[in-house]
Amino acid sequence: MTEPLLKVKGLKKYFPIHRGMLGKVSGQVKAVDDVSFYVNKGETLGIVGESGCGKSTTGRMLMRLLEPTEGSIEFDGKLLSDLSKEEMRKARREIQMVFQDPYASLNPRHSIGKILEEPLIVHGIGDARERKKKVIEFLEIVGLSSYHAKRYPHQFSGGQRQRIGIARALMTNPKLIIADEPVSALDVSIQAQVLNLMQDLQKELKLTYIFIAHDLGVVRHISDRVGVMYLGKMVELADSESLYSNPLHPYSKALLSAVPVPDPNFTREQILIKGDIPSPSNPPTGCTFHTRCPFKMEICTKVVPVLTEVEKGHSVACHLYNEQGQQ
Amino acid sequence: MSDRKELLQVRGLQTTFFTDDGEIPAVDNVDFSVREGEILGIVGESGCGKSVSALSIMGLVPSPPGKITGGQIIFDGKDLTKLSQKEMRKVRGNDVAMIFQEPMTSLNPLFTIGNQLMEAVLIHHKDWSKKQARNRAVEMMQLVGLPRAEELIKEYPHQLSGGMRQRVMIAMALVCDPKVLIADEPTTALDVTIQAQILQLMKELNKRLNTAVIMITHDLGVVAETCERVIVMYGGQVVEEGPVQLIFNDPQHPYTKGLIQSVPDMRFKKQRLYSIPGSVPKPGSIRTGCRFAARCEFVLDQCSVTNPDLYQTSPVHNTRCFLYEEKEVSLIDRAVVES
Ligand SMILES: Nc1ncnc2c1ncn2[C@@H]1O[C@H](COP(=O)(O)OP(=O)(O)OP(=O)(O)O)[C@@H](O)[C@H]1O
Ligand SMILES: Nc1ncnc2c1ncn2[C@@H]1O[C@H](COP(=O)(O)OP(=O)(O)OP(=O)(O)O)[C@@H](O)[C@H]1O
Ligand SMILES: [Mg+2]
Ligand SMILES: [Mg+2]
Repeated sequence: MTEPLLKVKGLKKYFPIHRGMLGKVSGQVKAVDDVSFYVNKGETLGIVGESGCGKSTTGRMLMRLLEPTEGSIEFDGKLLSDLSKEEMRKARREIQMVFQDPYASLNPRHSIGKILEEPLIVHGIGDARERKKKVIEFLEIVGLSSYHAKRYPHQFSGGQRQRIGIARALMTNPKLIIADEPVSALDVSIQAQVLNLMQDLQKELKLTYIFIAHDLGVVRHISDRVGVMYLGKMVELADSESLYSNPLHPYSKALLSAVPVPDPNFTREQILIKGDIPSPSNPPTGCTFHTRCPFKMEICTKVVPVLTEVEKGHSVACHLYNEQGQQ
Repeated sequence: MSDRKELLQVRGLQTTFFTDDGEIPAVDNVDFSVREGEILGIVGESGCGKSVSALSIMGLVPSPPGKITGGQIIFDGKDLTKLSQKEMRKVRGNDVAMIFQEPMTSLNPLFTIGNQLMEAVLIHHKDWSKKQARNRAVEMMQLVGLPRAEELIKEYPHQLSGGMRQRVMIAMALVCDPKVLIADEPTTALDVTIQAQILQLMKELNKRLNTAVIMITHDLGVVAETCERVIVMYGGQVVEEGPVQLIFNDPQHPYTKGLIQSVPDMRFKKQRLYSIPGSVPKPGSIRTGCRFAARCEFVLDQCSVTNPDLYQTSPVHNTRCFLYEEKEVSLIDRAVVES
């Protein structure tokens, strides 16, 4: 097997909550709370979960757009926290991000050519002529044309803008792309185009993806392995085939059974979980899912379950699957 | 199913926006009907005219710049497009109700949930006392599965989660015991586990109260899961209409076929997704020929010249595509022979 490109251990992000006029810290939001995983070279790791579970915060920490509260990130054999300034700059080139809303992430006053050239300038890559050439090359790679370089973001459709967002991420020849809901804002017919493009690029350029999304069908389609997050924690992590055919965590089961399937003949037993997601500023004790779990046991309210491999390539954080739980 | 009475008929509806960029025919000659107690889906990609169709029925098209410029909406023997504002308000309070994607924008943040529900009750039952209205509000909250109704009635919208707010909106819409409930993307802003709860609730209420539901969505999964009959819209027009089984198992219009094949399925991994080339056109940008012609892999010469009619390909199935023109002819021939 190939070695991991990225290893994340015990990653945490706690945001302080400020109250009152003086902005005194009155608590904290545990946006990401002790998450560990790895991503192999050339694969796609999908991260799913409902709104507020910490997917974007995780992605931002990997990009170093947010400083982790705790935990380590190892990229390509080096701990990011150990890197010198110069090494960190280089690492930045190698990890790029694609965002949900391509409109908001493209400067409306800059031409597409300028937008795509910028990362090259920032990282001091090539001279003016080489940079122009590279811009045209990548426009074509993502299915646009050289004449698009002169146009401005508002002159493109949503799908085209997402192609531009992808081209921009590719400009510095990154190894890892973190895509945060890259197709969520797109129409179904356009979403399929962008997903196909991402898969083609991955093969051609040997890219590694972390694909964050709340659409479980999309994630299954694109991912080799999938992690399920709930309230800042990774509750299950498995090969995509294994997760979708045999989800183990009660939350994953409920989540998968809740997805509407585009087939009127399909019937299944839905596991409807009651109530809403608790606030991450005041998460339940023990297993944070116990307040909504149909299989709650006594231990669940007290002890935090640890993500443990229970089958080959299939890990789950649930007391039902460890020895104490089964007694 | 098809023998159920038609409650609402939309005939040749045309709704146009008069903007600085010109006239935008957001809804362009749309026909469909809603039958008693059914759940009818309207599906299509962004800008295809789903919401404007719904607002036209409700008499809520923002005007200016919008205006119903043609067609009829027949309900209870009346043409709703001909009614005065005042008469339309009565229809909205009694017969047809609507819920929206983002419940927060349709709830007043300054009033309690109870206040707003009671007001809705009192509009409908003008002679009721406050106490009666309150009891009815609590009853409605229980009907839509809101917990601790007695406390919740004193809370403000921002204190509720998205799912609970959508339940409040459903309760308010059902206060008047409408015959038709229009739900415009009622679960699009919600998480998938909460969406499942709300869809389940809407199906239950539809059965229990026999309220017809128009379910507007861009999600084919939601259509398959909730609807009995489906209308597929593209570029302001209906391109296909039929029972949900036929739409998914025997789609006819190339757009419907492409759309269904484009969706990733959670149950199995497709090697590669089918994708419709090109992009969703801005409404009004295509005025001649079939609106889908430029993206269609079956395109014929005539498609860019003449817009096809909605051909009846079986007693329950209609398709706006020249590929099915002959099928209609043979159907009519058969009917003539049989009669
Ligand atoms: N800068 C911040 N300050 C305080 N809290 C934050 C901040 N950013 C995120 N949070 C909180 O952290 C939690 C996780 O947010 P995050 O954006 O990572 O969720 P997500 O899984 O990406 O959700 P979505 O699906 O809605 O994008 C949320 O409760 C959010 O409110
Ligand atoms: N207030 C308005 N002013 C001008 N044009 C409008 C207005 N409202 C709608 N339109 C036009 O009508 C078209 C159809 O809009 P509509 O809201 O019905 O689309 P929709 O099918 O509901 O799409 P979505 O899935 O994005 O909600 C839009 O593309 C827009 O051009
Ligand atoms: Mg996010
Ligand atoms: Mg709409």
